[in-house]
Amino acid sequence: MTGMETLHFEFDGGRVLAPFEPALVGVVASGNLEVLVESAPGAACRVDVDTSARGFGAIWEAVLRDFHARHGIAGVTVSIHDMGATPAVVSLRLDQAMSAVWGAPP
Amino acid sequence: MDWEGVASRLFGDDHDIVADGDFLGGTATFDGATIAIVGTTNHAAVGVDLALRQARAVLATTGESPGRPLLLLVDTQGQKLRRRDELLGIHRAMAHLGCCLDLARRNGHPVIGLVYDQALSGGFITSGLMADACHALPEAEIRVMRVPAMARVTKLSEELLESLSLTNPVFAPGVANYVAMGGVRSLWDGDLAAGLRAALADRDTSDRRAEEGAQRGGRRVAADVIRRVLEA
Amino acid sequence: MNSASFAEMSARQRLAAIVDDRSFHEWLPPSDRVTSPHLAQLGVPAAFDDGVAIGRATLSGRAIFVAAQEGEFMGGGVGEVHGAKLVGLLRRALRDRPDAVVLLAESGGVRLHEANAGLIAVSEVMRALLDARAAGIATVMLIGGANGCFGGMGIVARCADTVVMSDIARHAMSGPEVIESSNGAGEFDSRDRALVWRTTGGKHRWLTGDCDVLVEDDPAAFRAAAIAALDVHRPMTLAALQQESMLLQWRTAIAGEGADAIELWTLLGVADARAVPDLDAAAVRVLRPAAVAPLANGGA
Repeated sequence: MTGMETLHFEFDGGRVLAPFEPALVGVVASGNLEVLVESAPGAACRVDVDTSARGFGAIWEAVLRDFHARHGIAGVTVSIHDMGATPAVVSLRLDQAMSAVWGAPP
Repeated sequence: MDWEGVASRLFGDDHDIVADGDFLGGTATFDGATIAIVGTTNHAAVGVDLALRQARAVLATTGESPGRPLLLLVDTQGQKLRRRDELLGIHRAMAHLGCCLDLARRNGHPVIGLVYDQALSGGFITSGLMADACHALPEAEIRVMRVPAMARVTKLSEELLESLSLTNPVFAPGVANYVAMGGVRSLWDGDLAAGLRAALADRDTSDRRAEEGAQRGGRRVAADVIRRVLEA
Repeated sequence: MNSASFAEMSARQRLAAIVDDRSFHEWLPPSDRVTSPHLAQLGVPAAFDDGVAIGRATLSGRAIFVAAQEGEFMGGGVGEVHGAKLVGLLRRALRDRPDAVVLLAESGGVRLHEANAGLIAVSEVMRALLDARAAGIATVMLIGGANGCFGGMGIVARCADTVVMSDIARHAMSGPEVIESSNGAGEFDSRDRALVWRTTGGKHRWLTGDCDVLVEDDPAAFRAAAIAALDVHRPMTLAALQQESMLLQWRTAIAGEGADAIELWTLLGVADARAVPDLDAAAVRVLRPAAVAPLANGGA
């Protein structure tokens, strides 16, 4: 059955980041995902997910909540194109994306 | 329509086009001028040999007959699927043919493509699609790949691809669809000579396909993206 | 000792490694979200850059335009947006006149999920590339990805002035799986890796004259080759194409009907052809017969 699933999450709290250049990590391929992190107005951490692996909303929420807790960031939009990555790979890419934002080598 | 029928409708008896295997070649008189014909028949599978043969014919015209128009008659099932052709660089033979057509254009030869039966994939990329503009008969078929093979490669079901082929311009093989997308400039329906006459009269050899796809509504995004890159 | 593998890098990592440090300025970057309008209906996620990064950069201080295809996204297949980004880049090159357009090519050709739009797009890229080449802008293809350069992009890539391949790269038209599924494993056994690479790989293309530069699977080697290619122009004159026509005919005639690569290399004049599959790029470089590449030094 074809069809993408789109998920939205917002997390409050955290430190608003100074404006930064968008950062992209990962590739849309089977078992992988790409993550785009952008500076956003306001104090939320917003995450938008487009995924071809449907029905995993609860797991996305858990992984993303952990991510938000780990980095404590606000004033960002995280946009994800996912093709069935495992939670471990998702967490890895999210951390890599934040490293890219802060200027560390990917 | 077979190539003999096309030739007869366009030129009457005023041509010497012959088929040698899958290769078509010759000249014709049209509106008082000589034009060169290069092409394929029998739903040709284009391998190294046939690509090089067509290229030689194009080079002969470019070298010996300044300004002479070239009419490409296209009927191909696509590239030949043989190890030998890959070994011998079929991609290069096809690039060579494409470069020969491009040179002919740069040297002032009108290069006109006509899909009179089938055109698939690689066989089409270096023939009709390298013309100044490609035209087609209304009953012709243009495809990237047949559905069973496409299903194998994409892992999409044949049922899905078949249904998309009926409803979705991106998948539908009808030439009217290709006209809407800008891939084909016009259909020659009935009065083929009028189609050729109009094609010969159009001396703008720039690649207008993205713009025409946008104007006609079948392919809206490409022209806009090209423009955005130019303006970025 | 540099142990980085070009093949294992992502398109963006390769691009960054090729151009001068931090000189890349991207056009239509991911944050612009110029994505495919055709993939959602097939349940396939889009990519923010539709699988190709384009922009301007410098290479050894010289202005270039550059594009890198991501082979892991849709096999590097060219769809409507991806193709239009390449066309825009090449048309802009006609206007802005960089020294070269460098394309890091890794593609299966037309993106089948976009069928007709992809087919037309590939053709538009081909026309635009030949326009840039004819205008005297050096066109350079760097082929070193694990997925190779196939299909319509295989044709397009060979329309460039210079094709650089690593010894592990492949450049061809149809992949071995497609040939096997059409005509059987007897025709082409896609699981025979040695056969696949000696039929379509960098060493074979080098020895037979179908690629212009052979390098190791190393970003530094690709960068050096790209720099050297900035000044290589092979104008497509009538004489050059007539010469190529004769060369390709001669090569085809020599091969006969059943030649395997090793036999063909021997017939073309390669010494000790049997040893080639085990040699590294440097050792293979010196084996190329002069006859297969009469224009090797480029034209004026």
